[in-house]
Amino acid sequence: MPRGDPGYGVERREARLAWWMVSPALAAIVVVALFPLAWTVWESLHLHDLRMPWLGRPFIGLDNYLEAFGDPRFQAALGHTLLFAAVSVTVELALGTVLALAMNRAFTGRAVMRASVLVPWAMPTVVSGLLWKFMFDGDAGIANAALVKVGALNEPIVWFIRTDLAWVPVILADVWKTTPFVALLLLAGLQNIDRSLYEAARIDGASAWRQFRFVTLPLLRPAILVALIFRTLDAFRVFDLIYVMTGGGPGTSTEPIALYTFNSLLQYLRFGYGSALSVIVFVVTFALAMIYIRYLGSGITETRA
Amino acid sequence: MTGEVGERGRWAAIPVFGLILATAFPFYWAIASSLTPESQLFRAPRLVPRTLVLDHYRTLFVERDFWVPIRNSLVVAGTTTLFCVTVGALCAYALARLRFRGKVPLLGLILAVSMFPQISVVSPLYLLLRALHLINTYPGLILPYLTFAMPLTVWLLVGIFRQLPAELEEAAMVDGASRLRAFREVVIPLALPGLATTAILTFVYSWNEFLFALSFTLGPERQTVPVAIALLRGQYQVPWGQILAGSIVATVPVALLVLAFQRRIVQGLTAGAVKG
Amino acid sequence: MASVRLEGIRKTYPNGHVAARDLNLDVADGEFMVLVGPSGCGKSTALRIIAGLESPTGGRVLIGSRDVTGLPPQERDIAMVFQSYALYPHMTVRQNLGFGLRMRGAGPEVIAERVTKAAEALVLESVLDRKPGQLSGGQRQRVALGRAMVREPQAFLFDEPLSNLDAKLRVETRAELARLHRRLAATIVYVTHDQEEALTLGGRVAVLRDGLVEQVAPPMELYRRPAMAFVGGFVGSPAMNFLPGGVIGRQDGATLGVRPHDIRLVAPGSGDMDARADVVEPRGSELLVYLRLDGSKEGEELRVVAPPEPMVSADTTVGVRFDRERLHWFDKDGRRLAD
Repeated sequence: MPRGDPGYGVERREARLAWWMVSPALAAIVVVALFPLAWTVWESLHLHDLRMPWLGRPFIGLDNYLEAFGDPRFQAALGHTLLFAAVSVTVELALGTVLALAMNRAFTGRAVMRASVLVPWAMPTVVSGLLWKFMFDGDAGIANAALVKVGALNEPIVWFIRTDLAWVPVILADVWKTTPFVALLLLAGLQNIDRSLYEAARIDGASAWRQFRFVTLPLLRPAILVALIFRTLDAFRVFDLIYVMTGGGPGTSTEPIALYTFNSLLQYLRFGYGSALSVIVFVVTFALAMIYIRYLGSGITETRA
Repeated sequence: MTGEVGERGRWAAIPVFGLILATAFPFYWAIASSLTPESQLFRAPRLVPRTLVLDHYRTLFVERDFWVPIRNSLVVAGTTTLFCVTVGALCAYALARLRFRGKVPLLGLILAVSMFPQISVVSPLYLLLRALHLINTYPGLILPYLTFAMPLTVWLLVGIFRQLPAELEEAAMVDGASRLRAFREVVIPLALPGLATTAILTFVYSWNEFLFALSFTLGPERQTVPVAIALLRGQYQVPWGQILAGSIVATVPVALLVLAFQRRIVQGLTAGAVKG
Repeated sequence: MASVRLEGIRKTYPNGHVAARDLNLDVADGEFMVLVGPSGCGKSTALRIIAGLESPTGGRVLIGSRDVTGLPPQERDIAMVFQSYALYPHMTVRQNLGFGLRMRGAGPEVIAERVTKAAEALVLESVLDRKPGQLSGGQRQRVALGRAMVREPQAFLFDEPLSNLDAKLRVETRAELARLHRRLAATIVYVTHDQEEALTLGGRVAVLRDGLVEQVAPPMELYRRPAMAFVGGFVGSPAMNFLPGGVIGRQDGATLGVRPHDIRLVAPGSGDMDARADVVEPRGSELLVYLRLDGSKEGEELRVVAPPEPMVSADTTVGVRFDRERLHWFDKDGRRLAD
């Protein structure tokens, strides 16, 4: 029986065309992302302090990492990041769910709702940070004025001087900017749930709460997990907001790991050490993403009702 | 999709109303404050300002040359968008339609790169740009911006191309068009709305970017809008009036863009996310 | 026009699915060949391999005398009408019709002339400047046809083009297609899952199952002399009945196939056997009677087409007599036994 060897020619040609079409983008990614990442990892294994160029650039293995793990400022930064992530993501998810449920029901003012969601998302993070910094300013801030007027405060607080209170405007700013976006993601998930499931539940006598627990929540799980991934990854990488609102202060009490890394690199010029911190940030972020993706993957297959 | 009128519907209005209020207020407050004269800014704030002045805007543009950062942002965000959408469309089409080995790893790679923390590539990029004498130049920003803009565009466009019925391209090929020709004559025209949405999203992300712009520019000549605003310093006190004026100016263009295309943008943002 | 030939076509997908096992097909120049079969039989795959949209894992495709197996679709000079028509939504009817010629570098005069000719033939002059979204289903179908005709290709390929039409339009378009075939003396390879459509349209019909061609023959031969039990059961409606040969005394394990039209209802006891009428469907000019063979509900079902008179009631016992001239015998592998 004659073999159709030339039949493969079409597929080979297609593969070749594909590689041509893919290569510019791939080249860009390799040059600006993969190559630098590899370099960072390589740098992290060296001592490279630009303030002391006479020391050269000796290979020191994992010493930078060891220093990082024993570095109290790094540990603090890690703690700050975890705190920020935990609080903001929780608040955003909870508020976002409530909002999504409400937006699902309301059917007037769709356009205004969408605008309210999109504009905070569309503005630069530094701008939203500055807005809230202004509102919580000691003198000019309206937050103080309002709280004093309502009686919650006797006199205005200087929020950004207090190590405990500086987080408040920061988290508020983050929540303000991203809760609408989370609500949007969850709303899309809600809209994908078949109405007839609720009707069946109602006929079976389920209350609103039970409907939420046994119909909405399980089917919303993929959307929730997607929102969780995005928000947690973003929270771990937080930089713009803190830089512009507190600069890491007072002192270094609000400094997240991205900012500490930045300072190590471009302020203290400790490229080797900063690179190690960069790698740690990368690994942590990636590990989180992998955990979520594995969880999300199983979550999706489970809810295929 | 209909909500339920009556008790449920009315209850739902509260959070929605709250959302609209909570979103609008800081905006309103920023606009109002940016129009408040300097002398009244640091005193007890009033909900509705008594006098409105354009001083801050004038200072911003006349004394601080705010046109410069605006120009810089436009050039950088615009070029990044143009480049990424063009190159990304080619890449995305191959990923969406063509059969070749390495497709899955490539998709995985693109997804992975989109999760890179920017901070992790700042130092090598800095050293690279310095070696190429590109610090404080336009290419010196556009190149790093590809780190996040490229994966973003490819990811979005793959989804957009996949949604087009494959039969149209097949019909074009049977009719005598090569793959590339079918791409040009049939796919691109039909994907134009999706391409526009992708362009807008890429532009918004590029316009808002801060870390790279902060790290790779040295002075007002090449600083972008977010950096310029963040670094506004006054002689005696924080120039809130100008900062807020700059913020409004920084936000209005992207806000308008986004509002003009809101439905598509919402679709674009949530489509990939929800379908998983 | 040219002939189309499939030689030993095999297609296995990377996931292991075998769509075509060993397809051999010979479509003569100017012939109307229909590929028919249940879903998954490989008929669409075969068509796409002819078009070049899929490449075979093994075997050859010849158009005319040219081996086109290694050629992409645009170099094969065939035209295809898709199930969903695949009209270019952003182009006008005129541009849709002229697309193929434009791709092949034809001059604007040639394009204009052929487009006008096709538009006239298909009554599309009035909608030439509209876009597909503004057309009715029937008009869209005709544009799809026109797009293929304008190309004056070596062969036409049709992928279930009538399934999206309502019944009346389907019948009209069938006639249209038959006329087209006659007028253009076109080589047509036509895929459908509807056996009735296959029998009405095809000059020859190829019945496919599981990636193999079970039988290729003119419609009447398929109906009267199915080479496989499967073909007998697939072609003709209501479907052929299959019974163990023992019911009329044949002891060698052969299977009897007999069509509903070839069985007569007689008085109980006076036929080949008795059966109980289960469901009776009056169809105006005939009765479709579903019978249970040994009287109980679990017995074999027999389908019989009987004249409208005398009326048969459900749950009555009747006798059945098989027309000895119209019996089909198959061995244990489903192959036809010599008469």
